[in-house]
Amino acid sequence: MTESKTSRRGLLKGAGALALSAPMLPMLKVLPASAAKADTAVVVIGQTINSLDIHRKGTNRPSYQIAVNCYDRLVSFGTKTLPDGSLSYDYSTLKPDLAESWITSEDGKSIVFNLRSDAVFWDGSPVTAEDVKWSLDRAVSLGGFPAVQMKAGSLIKPEQFVVVDEKTFKINLIRKSKLTLPDLAVPVPMIINSKLAKKNATAKDPWATEYLHRTPAGSGAYKVARWDPGQQLIYERNEKWTSGPLPGVKRVVVREVPSISTRRALLERKDVDLSFGIPDKDATELASKDGLKVTATPIENCIYCLGVNLKFDAFKDKKVRQAIACAVPYEEIFKAAAYGNGVKMWGGASAKPTDISWPQPFPYSTDLDKAKALLSETAFKDGFEVPFAINQSLSSWMEPTALLIQESLGKIGIKAKIEKIPGANWRTAALVEKRLPLHLENFGGWLNYPDYYFFWAYIKGHLFNSSNYDNPEVKALVDETLHMEIDNPEYAPKVKRLIEIAFEDVPRIPLWQPTLSSGMTSDLEGYEFWFHRQLDARKFKKT
Amino acid sequence: MLGSRTKTVLQRLWQALPVLFGVIVVTFLLTRALPGDPAVYFAGPAADANSIAEIRKSLGLDLPLPQQFLIYLGDLSRGDLGQSLSTGQPVLTDLTTRLPASLELTFAALFLSTMIAIPMGILAALNPGRLVDHACRLLVTMGVSLPTFFTGLVLVFFFYYLLGWAPSPIGRLDFAYLPPPHVTGFFTIDAMLVGDLETAWAAAAQVFMPAVTLALFTLAPIARMTRAAMIQALSSEYIRTARAAGLSSRKVILTYALGNAMLPVITTLGMVFSFTLGANVLVEKVFAWPGIGSYAVEALVVSDYAAVQGFVLSMAILFVLVNLLVDVIYTLIDPRVGSEA
Repeated sequence: MTESKTSRRGLLKGAGALALSAPMLPMLKVLPASAAKADTAVVVIGQTINSLDIHRKGTNRPSYQIAVNCYDRLVSFGTKTLPDGSLSYDYSTLKPDLAESWITSEDGKSIVFNLRSDAVFWDGSPVTAEDVKWSLDRAVSLGGFPAVQMKAGSLIKPEQFVVVDEKTFKINLIRKSKLTLPDLAVPVPMIINSKLAKKNATAKDPWATEYLHRTPAGSGAYKVARWDPGQQLIYERNEKWTSGPLPGVKRVVVREVPSISTRRALLERKDVDLSFGIPDKDATELASKDGLKVTATPIENCIYCLGVNLKFDAFKDKKVRQAIACAVPYEEIFKAAAYGNGVKMWGGASAKPTDISWPQPFPYSTDLDKAKALLSETAFKDGFEVPFAINQSLSSWMEPTALLIQESLGKIGIKAKIEKIPGANWRTAALVEKRLPLHLENFGGWLNYPDYYFFWAYIKGHLFNSSNYDNPEVKALVDETLHMEIDNPEYAPKVKRLIEIAFEDVPRIPLWQPTLSSGMTSDLEGYEFWFHRQLDARKFKKT
Repeated sequence: MLGSRTKTVLQRLWQALPVLFGVIVVTFLLTRALPGDPAVYFAGPAADANSIAEIRKSLGLDLPLPQQFLIYLGDLSRGDLGQSLSTGQPVLTDLTTRLPASLELTFAALFLSTMIAIPMGILAALNPGRLVDHACRLLVTMGVSLPTFFTGLVLVFFFYYLLGWAPSPIGRLDFAYLPPPHVTGFFTIDAMLVGDLETAWAAAAQVFMPAVTLALFTLAPIARMTRAAMIQALSSEYIRTARAAGLSSRKVILTYALGNAMLPVITTLGMVFSFTLGANVLVEKVFAWPGIGSYAVEALVVSDYAAVQGFVLSMAILFVLVNLLVDVIYTLIDPRVGSEA
């Protein structure tokens, strides 16, 4: 393959400590990769990486890890240790990445960033404000998902990005918003080596999308040593990285292995160090194996829920929706579909939220009598029939969940007929046309604020509002709170009101907050959970 | 004057052109009839109507179908199969890396399976209704009725997971090796070409288990066809004559009977080959084999038009070539076939 500039010889030479020269190769035939190379971590994933450039059209989610591991941003999130001892990014602290400091102006109309003087790209050229501007211009100009994500932080046009001098960069704000700084720490606004990229741009392709698609040009912790699309990607440590302590492994091999069973066998044999994103069933079973550990982290701002579409006649009545919320067999679903991994989103104590934590349990529990009683107060007391749609590509949790809900709804006279929709059509049916009467939904917001979740999932016409819910009060509250600082005294009461309405109206019936689980050998340290749910190898260390 | 065989070959190739054009039209229309919308899918989960429209435009999907088709034909004539959205690579690149992977696996599997199936078929034909025959029937029935992913997983479980004899089922090469320079695309052959026996051995070790899995599955048609053709051949008059003439039974069976029985077996081999090449998706998944079958399925699931079209077209060309090859082999084995083909 031509993706990599590293020659076969060069990569072998680069194996460093072990100095893998050709005469030593026979040894590697009998030793598993993990034992042979203490400075190499081998990771298996189930999906495929289809681009090394997150800004490109069609770049899929597993490819976001390149933006994380190979590029830096102006700012980043801190790290915290969770109660179970695992690492997670920390949404509440922003820390310097390429910018050593930043100041919001008095009038709140701009933010000035001072870039670190020692930061260099892989080719040794310094990181300048020009590079930052080019990169952010690119993120808002190429359209598609990056532009949408930038817009969430009120970053919409190149005119907002100003080079003050070589190491000073300014963003002019179109509005004061709490989302702007966190949005600069998501994978999208990565800082690219603009000199190198421009050299490889053409008149037809001014943003060098073809070049960066195959050849990352960043300043991040790892370089890409080799990419065999559909098979593997090999990261090699950037010895000149300045945005954090050097990773503890020299090389990370990411192999794509589609079969879940094969991934599990590889991990159990300890031929790989990490299996990223394992099914809940494996998470439960692998945790007890010798020499392995499992990290299951609840995904922030994400809820698996049952969508009750208000386009469907029966669901226009709030009481019908509440009846369904009382009929869902939460506990059984949690056991059968999540294998007990996750956070329960039912059985809340009161119909009024006491705090603004999100997601939080809704005040419903399985109570068929109450469900029947609620239903009998409506015009649909004799029951009705409704199609129940699930996404075929997510059938591992959706299928058992749907079957249990179907059975339970049958007991209160609602006949739900399960329809499986192929993954490729799901988005159009559920989110664009919003035509699925009863369905399962799994939205999670990257920016961890309740109002951000409500913005996407509870406002008419917004993408993840697959239930066609429309409430002017919710709209007004979201408009007010979306950009408001959370220490504003008005913020908490307004968010509480939002949550209270969600409790009362239940257009989305939460089932549980899912986890991202990964299995690893016990000598791999430094696995960290991120909201983007992709591999972050920057803290890896093998003991 | 061309030799009659060359003429036949050229004629057959010429006849294949309308077939290929038909395949192009049908795949083009069928991919467009798929219910998914690639623009929506590839715009990503958070895209709005605007960004979807941008992507639709950049993919050329906003144009009327006939125009899209003409553009596609134009690209094809320049050898450009388009860009796969799901892998982010030109389809041609994908096919040239993945097709050899599938071919290597399929050839290895068919080699194993013919080595076992043909002798087995002959033995069964020589002893119809006896123990050998029943044993053969049992084996092929099991081979064909166990789903390949199951056989694959069972092999992985015993020989990799429990015993540790087989290398990690992780694709064409273990982590420690790098692919040899691309010549044929067959790792074992390419590695031997540069004299790297270690890598050749590693590649052969990787291909072994998936090849056995596939071989078990393909035993049945070959063994059954060999048996049937042999029984028919053995009961024909020329065999009786040969026997009456006192030829050794070895000569009778291997030269006269088997020679005549080979025609249907070769046909079956051609069919099994084409079928296996595209249909070993499940084996590819279990062994993380970066082959063409899983590529096509992934592409189909996300309505990746260019990739699906490229796959179908390349398979159609392969089919035509394999059939042609089978016919040419016929003329080699049986001189009567050449003149009327």
